[in-house]
Amino acid sequence: MKNNVLCYLEECAVSHPERIALGDEFQSVTYREYQENAQKIGTFLAKQYGVINRPVAVVIDRNITSIYTFLGVVYSGNMYVPLDAGMPRERIGLMLDTLKPIAILNATDLDDLPFESIKTKEILKDGTVDLPVLERIRMNVLDTDPLYAIFTSGSTGVPKGVSVSHKSVIDLIEAFQDAFAFEDGCVFGNQAPFDFDVSVKDIYNALFCAGTVSVIPKRMFTAPAKLIEYLCLEKIQVLIWAVSALRIVADFHTFDSIKMLPDLKKVFFSGEVMPVKSLNYWREFFPNTEFVNLYGPTEITCNCSYYVVDKKFAPDEKIPAGKPFINTRMFLLNEKNEIITDKNTIGEICVAGSCLSLGYWNNKEKTEECFVPVPGISEYPSRMYKTGDLGFYDEEMNFVFVSRKDYQIKHMGHRIELGEIEVSLNAISFIGAAVCIYDDIKEKIVCFYQAEEDCKKEIVKELSGKLPKYMWPNVYERREVLPLNKNGKIDRVKLKKDWCEGNG
Amino acid sequence: MDELLELLEEIRPDIDFENTDLLVDGNVLDSFDVISIVEEINSRFGISLDVADIVPENFNSLEAMEKLIKKYT
Repeated sequence: MKNNVLCYLEECAVSHPERIALGDEFQSVTYREYQENAQKIGTFLAKQYGVINRPVAVVIDRNITSIYTFLGVVYSGNMYVPLDAGMPRERIGLMLDTLKPIAILNATDLDDLPFESIKTKEILKDGTVDLPVLERIRMNVLDTDPLYAIFTSGSTGVPKGVSVSHKSVIDLIEAFQDAFAFEDGCVFGNQAPFDFDVSVKDIYNALFCAGTVSVIPKRMFTAPAKLIEYLCLEKIQVLIWAVSALRIVADFHTFDSIKMLPDLKKVFFSGEVMPVKSLNYWREFFPNTEFVNLYGPTEITCNCSYYVVDKKFAPDEKIPAGKPFINTRMFLLNEKNEIITDKNTIGEICVAGSCLSLGYWNNKEKTEECFVPVPGISEYPSRMYKTGDLGFYDEEMNFVFVSRKDYQIKHMGHRIELGEIEVSLNAISFIGAAVCIYDDIKEKIVCFYQAEEDCKKEIVKELSGKLPKYMWPNVYERREVLPLNKNGKIDRVKLKKDWCEGNG
Repeated sequence: MDELLELLEEIRPDIDFENTDLLVDGNVLDSFDVISIVEEINSRFGISLDVADIVPENFNSLEAMEKLIKKYT
């Protein structure tokens, strides 16, 4: 029985020991080496700490070391948590406070990290594999144990760590295989950073089909023509990318002058709404490639529904989120908590199944707020996740995403709580008050602030120490006084309306 | 080329563009910044940068971007 993601790695190491499993710009490893590296790291952690189901933070880079470090943590029976060293220090501090990791492993070449860490390279240098130790751990783990946690923006100013079990990831890749049948040895072109759950699909789908994960260097995404050359050179067959990355290629009309991706078989996209214009551009050049829209938040383990694009969409049409994967239930709830069955009626999208994450790490309150019993089931404990996304059924009973219920936005591929930005803004001494709205048309975060004089530069300087760059507002509008609504709160609705009308 | 500097500062108010080299290669600008810059250059200068010219070398400094725009105007 497969009760651990390592079962898939071990199968590959037996069936294809010399096949390339992971590759980046500078190095590659075979399945045999992949397993051995992970076992060495696992042995080290097990001997050093001797605990299971505790968090181990991993400082990541765009390299394969990050991936086998993750699996090393898994061998030790613990949960890995990717950390981007480029995040502002204060935010990393908040994450570490929430996690209280037993160790921080450093999969990068960086030496000057602001916290104590152990380099993966050092562990591997004279590391050994102690199989009996690893086997004892394996006898003791469950598929409901946490596998990883990924941090996402939190409206109160503290990021939330979504923790996901082995069972949910096994459910995900089994469902993907059911829907998309990846061929043996498939090559996945990894775009998503490892602290995004989009990358989970590359890592574990590849393990299912004994495929290869090719980690595409970040700088390729600033040079679309070179990116395509790289994909061609690496014989990439599958792209599981953020919408924003596919848009880079489309928006620059990259294929007008460069046409060469003979190996490309499947393209998946998720993270935000795919603009029809960009999708049509891709499909025009790859008529024989399968394009799939994936939908779902991190809390349900990557995706809960999919839609295979089988026709050309008109620019004013929406690409549906599609139908649920096997072993996943999705439904719409109205404001009275009743299940909607009619077409074209808007409700909140809710999800149930093995895909549900364990909840937010060390945050019982927020977990209980979002993971709740299914209405109408009282005879046994049930659980569903309220996504906060509003949607409806179209004529074919596909789910179609409409908007958010709250102040969460998707901006440049990132999921952001406007509230988290506002907490940082309101902590700045020289501004009276501030709120943020999102201009969906121009795709800009607009900050309205109250201050005596313009101080955009100073605000940016303050924010840069607290928030990652993608969370900084793009536009700063000073007001002598911010308008209030009848409840005495800053009137975002009016601000947004005025802003959107003024910008026509 | 004050217009270019103005445009760049609107996109990234935190960067001193006049005194920074290796904007892209040094990871000061990321791919989203480059895209925003290309879009703004295209619309404000009424040109259409070719995808072959969208490479780090052309965006590493204010000077490099000026040179790139001159090629099109």
